[in-house]
Amino acid sequence: MSAELTVTRTARLANWNVAIIAITVLVLIVAAATVDSFGTSRNFGFLVLDLLPIALVALPMTLVIVTGEIDLSVASSLGLSSAVMGYLWNANQPIETIIPLCLLLGAVLGAVNGFFVTFLGLPSLAVTIGTLALYRGLAFVVLGDSAVADFPALYTDWVTGTIGGTPIPNVLIVIVVLAVVFGVVLHATPVGRAVFAVGASEQAARFAGLRPGRLKFWLYVASGLVAGLAGVLWTLRYSSARADNGAGLELAVVAAVLLGGVSIFGGRGALPGVIAGVVLLGALQNALRLSDVSNEALNVVTGVLLIVSVLAPNLARSVLQRRRT
Amino acid sequence: MTAVDLPAPRRSSLDVVLRARELGIVLALVLLVAVTTISNPRFVSGQSIRDILLGTAILAVLAVGQAVVVITRNIDLSVGSVLGLSAFTVGTLLQNNNLPVLPVLLAGAGVGVVCGAVNGVLVRYGNVPALVVTLGTLYVFRGITYFWAGGSQINADELPAAFLDFGTATLVGVPYLVLLAVLVLVVTGVVLRNYRMGRELYAMGSSPQAARLAGIAVGRRTVGAFVVSGALAGLAGVLFAARFGTIDAAAGTGYELNVVAAVVVGGVAVFGGSGTVWGAALGALLLTTIGSALAVLEINQFWQQAIVGGLILLAIGADRLVAVRVAAGLKKRGSHVS
Repeated sequence: MSAELTVTRTARLANWNVAIIAITVLVLIVAAATVDSFGTSRNFGFLVLDLLPIALVALPMTLVIVTGEIDLSVASSLGLSSAVMGYLWNANQPIETIIPLCLLLGAVLGAVNGFFVTFLGLPSLAVTIGTLALYRGLAFVVLGDSAVADFPALYTDWVTGTIGGTPIPNVLIVIVVLAVVFGVVLHATPVGRAVFAVGASEQAARFAGLRPGRLKFWLYVASGLVAGLAGVLWTLRYSSARADNGAGLELAVVAAVLLGGVSIFGGRGALPGVIAGVVLLGALQNALRLSDVSNEALNVVTGVLLIVSVLAPNLARSVLQRRRT
Repeated sequence: MTAVDLPAPRRSSLDVVLRARELGIVLALVLLVAVTTISNPRFVSGQSIRDILLGTAILAVLAVGQAVVVITRNIDLSVGSVLGLSAFTVGTLLQNNNLPVLPVLLAGAGVGVVCGAVNGVLVRYGNVPALVVTLGTLYVFRGITYFWAGGSQINADELPAAFLDFGTATLVGVPYLVLLAVLVLVVTGVVLRNYRMGRELYAMGSSPQAARLAGIAVGRRTVGAFVVSGALAGLAGVLFAARFGTIDAAAGTGYELNVVAAVVVGGVAVFGGSGTVWGAALGALLLTTIGSALAVLEINQFWQQAIVGGLILLAIGADRLVAVRVAAGLKKRGSHVS
């Protein structure tokens, strides 16, 4: 839109980022004070493990959504990665070859999405709904409805374990490292500037000499790669490879990203907000579950939060505008 | 790809293209049925066809509603949850309580109308994108059903016989549920094709801005499209209850994917402005037939989802190809005129 809006838009974005972080901290404090055993180090470990897949997949998803696209196939990529991991483990392959292969598989699945979206110019929503079904279907073809267990204890223990006597889970390292990488790329490199530029106006970005197609292609590859990694970690966490692992996770990931203040239309968003969104979603679900609220009923909270996260800034803006005129 | 008030010669050539688009699905369907029948003649037996038609009826009603929304360049992901809420409402109303079928149908559709109005109002007045709103209400409506139902389940023996009869009875061999679906399809199809209201939806999907400048009440029509989609999802909930007789809070979970798949395979472009409800219904028929054919051909059922995914990609790829050709053709014609 017009340039004069840019200042208020940035201000609004900053406001939402601060707001979502504040809300998250508030929820954490209230939960720790009111819900028994929420604040224990044991529960902290569970909370981080529950957050793990959403947190990882949300990172590249943020960049994809900022460019104005979407990737709904991530949970199916996660499931296919898990199924292939189980299949290869059944075939007596060493885990040291399986894990890189699963990561590679994830990258290839992402590249397929990227190919359809950028080279064929198809709408990403339709493409990734298609690959959502395709990848999940392939996962079932690979593994059927059986489960593969007995992964080496060395790896499963690391995923569920904590850093030396501290209550900090090992997997938190993975989350922090990747979050820093994606955060730096998005907010402190030319690639990140290109992501925002493409999301704000693809045509303008092209005229400015950027290559939106190539950028999006690699973002899809990154999204698939991280989903593959999330599949490996998911499998190791439960020591169970199943074709339906992570089913439906894409909705939670998109919800967390939008909750974090990223615009579904692209061009706007920030990674700290997204991380707050992930933590808020995870903490709320964890606290409510400890309070014996059923899992499915929690969905109401997720859904309302998602809508409110977009609705509230819109309403605030229209109220402000009315006051100004 | 849009045929809104184009000059006559262009419309005819576009019509051919659009018809070819639906012809493609019909061909795929014929091929599928032929191959399956050759390998197992029982596939075209009465019972098997009845099962396919009943399965299609529910999916087609949902797909018709979804097509109306998608044509306006929106999307409704909440349909599976609306179906679940409506099915459970209807089940609770009927539990050990003998009501005639018509008020039950209206009650189910009524639940859907309320849900659809919530979606529409949030999209229109909250200025929130449809994808976000309906993703949110997908969770909310499902969560409400779980709150209400808990772990309970409504069984067929608690439902009145008249209602269960409605699920199985036929009129000259065609199940009532299928007739109802055809009625919905024909009415929606005619309104979209021949009435101003319907053409306005296409105009909005082609270009919301141009539609607004042309004086179309875009906001009201958007809310209307969501209400239609909700009402049909609610109606589908009643059909679901009548067909299966057993209802729990999970009824219809994940249907949104199949519905969107049917619509996309049926040639309704996700960017709005093109496609027909006939195509969407054909898409629903094709997807349902694939499911049955796999079982008959003794192909691993697990392939079904992968095939659906492949079909979606194929369909949008083909649409893209057609769109590029049409654009090139129009450009050529344009240069002759000027």
